[in-house]
Amino acid sequence: MNRFEYLTRHSRHVLVTVAAVFFFTSLVLIIAGAPPLAAYYHIFKGSLGSWIKFSHVIKSWIPLTLCACGLLFTFRIGLWNIGIEGQVMIGAVFSTAILRLGLESQMPSIIILGSIIAGLVGGALWALIAGFLKTKGGVNEIFAGLGLNFVAQGVILWLVFGPWKRPGVASMSGTEVFPPALWLSQVASIRLSLPALAIVCIALILTALLLRYTKIGLHLKAIGNNPSAAYLFGLKPARNMVLAMIFAGGFAGVAGSLQVSGVYHRLLPAISSNYGYLALLVAMLSNYNIWLVPWVALFFACLNVGSIQLPMALQLDSSLSGVIQGALVLATLGIHGWRRRRAEVRGQKTEDGGHMIGGREQKTEDR
Amino acid sequence: MTELDITILFAGVIVGAAPIVLAALGETITEKAGLINLSLDGSILLSAMAAFAVAFETHSVLAGFIAGALVGALMALTVAVFSIYLGQNQVAVGFVLTLMGRDLAYFIGNPYSRIQGPQVKPLTIPLLDKIPFVGDVFFHHNVPVYFSLLLILLCWWYVYHTPYGLKMRSVGEHPRASYARGISPQKLQLFYAICGGLLVGLAGATFSLATKPGWGRPQGAEGTGWIALALVIFGGWNPVRAAIGAYLFSFLQVLGIYLQGWLPSVPAQVFQVAPFPLMIFTLLIMSIAQNESVQIWAENKAHVRAVLNMFSSMAPSALGKPYRPD
Repeated sequence: MNRFEYLTRHSRHVLVTVAAVFFFTSLVLIIAGAPPLAAYYHIFKGSLGSWIKFSHVIKSWIPLTLCACGLLFTFRIGLWNIGIEGQVMIGAVFSTAILRLGLESQMPSIIILGSIIAGLVGGALWALIAGFLKTKGGVNEIFAGLGLNFVAQGVILWLVFGPWKRPGVASMSGTEVFPPALWLSQVASIRLSLPALAIVCIALILTALLLRYTKIGLHLKAIGNNPSAAYLFGLKPARNMVLAMIFAGGFAGVAGSLQVSGVYHRLLPAISSNYGYLALLVAMLSNYNIWLVPWVALFFACLNVGSIQLPMALQLDSSLSGVIQGALVLATLGIHGWRRRRAEVRGQKTEDGGHMIGGREQKTEDR
Repeated sequence: MTELDITILFAGVIVGAAPIVLAALGETITEKAGLINLSLDGSILLSAMAAFAVAFETHSVLAGFIAGALVGALMALTVAVFSIYLGQNQVAVGFVLTLMGRDLAYFIGNPYSRIQGPQVKPLTIPLLDKIPFVGDVFFHHNVPVYFSLLLILLCWWYVYHTPYGLKMRSVGEHPRASYARGISPQKLQLFYAICGGLLVGLAGATFSLATKPGWGRPQGAEGTGWIALALVIFGGWNPVRAAIGAYLFSFLQVLGIYLQGWLPSVPAQVFQVAPFPLMIFTLLIMSIAQNESVQIWAENKAHVRAVLNMFSSMAPSALGKPYRPD
């Protein structure tokens, strides 16, 4: 198949996917008794309607992209790092701890830098627990990660209602807001934080380089594709799995840290805002391709921010964004599978080898 | 509240565990046939919402239960079709459905949140309820609770003592061999996925119509699906043991309420997450129990071996690996 034919075919599948999602979402909206077109219009206007709104989109694009970058490492080796949500939370906790220590400091920028590094360490440590549970303890990473997510949530709640509670009343709105000196700097005219954007760019390039051009990336891929062959070849699956978890946790921890210092300026129970779980969908929908990740993340961020308008404008729940995002991934999986099945029926193998969705064999013996 | 009454405590455990038992049994059946339905958490919420909405509109609790069961079955059907016929990763599809089910439930259920609706009426079983203690613990509840108790026995009997159960297990253990015996692994897996999904849907309906009546964001059933999934492993893919796990979990939850009364300085949220580290710990012990060197070490230690046997269990060999006809 030549390149042109591949592209036209590919765009046809994308069109079918989008049409299917559009149909499904409209159906859901009609069931909920809402006018579909008005809902789409409000999502569009609420995300791209003004620069202020777009700056909110970028604010949620940052953690989403960071988490998805980290997840590429774990997906590459065949791990389902559902614990990423907790890794974001613990990153935020570590970061808050440093910021609290530096409340009186004369050099706020050093403190902020320290808090980001602390976030990285916190997320990586939390991922390390799940990694060791998987490799040393034989506990499936989905359940270990999930359990640790709930524990991380418990830790935040305990801190917010206990040792770090606001003087006077403790509430779900979180700890006391930090003084503006400890906020991540933000360019007032464009309402964006350049350091945060720089971190995301570094993360994207670093992920691309590591996965593509280094031994680490090659080893992760080799083990992910065939663990037993990789083992015979002298690679150490367990060590590489832990390494992939550390990368994922580190990126997630930084995301959590930026949520604290750049967005909320305090620690609150909803600090992770589901970005970790959503990043799993981003990674899947971008077909584990690093160059698609930022664009898919941007689209998801638009949906998230845009749907905040729905409760006010149309008295709908804002969870419509999640419905659209889920439907997109599901439709992609379905169409990919349908195509493969048709190819199999025709008695030939699918010709585009680049797709990993579903192509992976599942490893469940170790549950 | 701080006064510990054993009868009320146990009765609370039985009631609170009912939906968890249903979900865990449903998932056990699905996984016994070799398929993982990871969408449980989303399925339970979506079916809870559907059950409440339908019961509210039709003023019929029964219609609500039917709607809930159908929604659960539909979710399971999606996972099964994607995995068995479209060759997609079960974990991936299940996870997407988990998130999507929750969001769909919140979105469609929005108009029904925080309103009074129908709920299951209590039904005391005559004669049996007069038995001291046992009567109070087991026979002063409602139909879903009795159903959950009955279903444990039914599942155990079906899985281990009927030819159908044998076929189901054979498909989960060795689909190729079953195929050679004239059984279609794909059709059976699809069938048991739907059966399991029906039960998961009933679990959701039990939440919104009996255990925690009503709908809202959050409903209170969040996280239960994951617990049920872990309980299947905890139970070693044995329905009775999975149900025992559900009662243990419910016991922990009820105990949390009492502990809160005794230790008011500890925030309530800490007790709510307590079962999760325990789940990890149990899974860890189970994995250690299967370790060869540990088994050799325990060979001559009768007590240790007894404990290890309690925890050791094997997953169906073909779990998560869909059968592909050649």
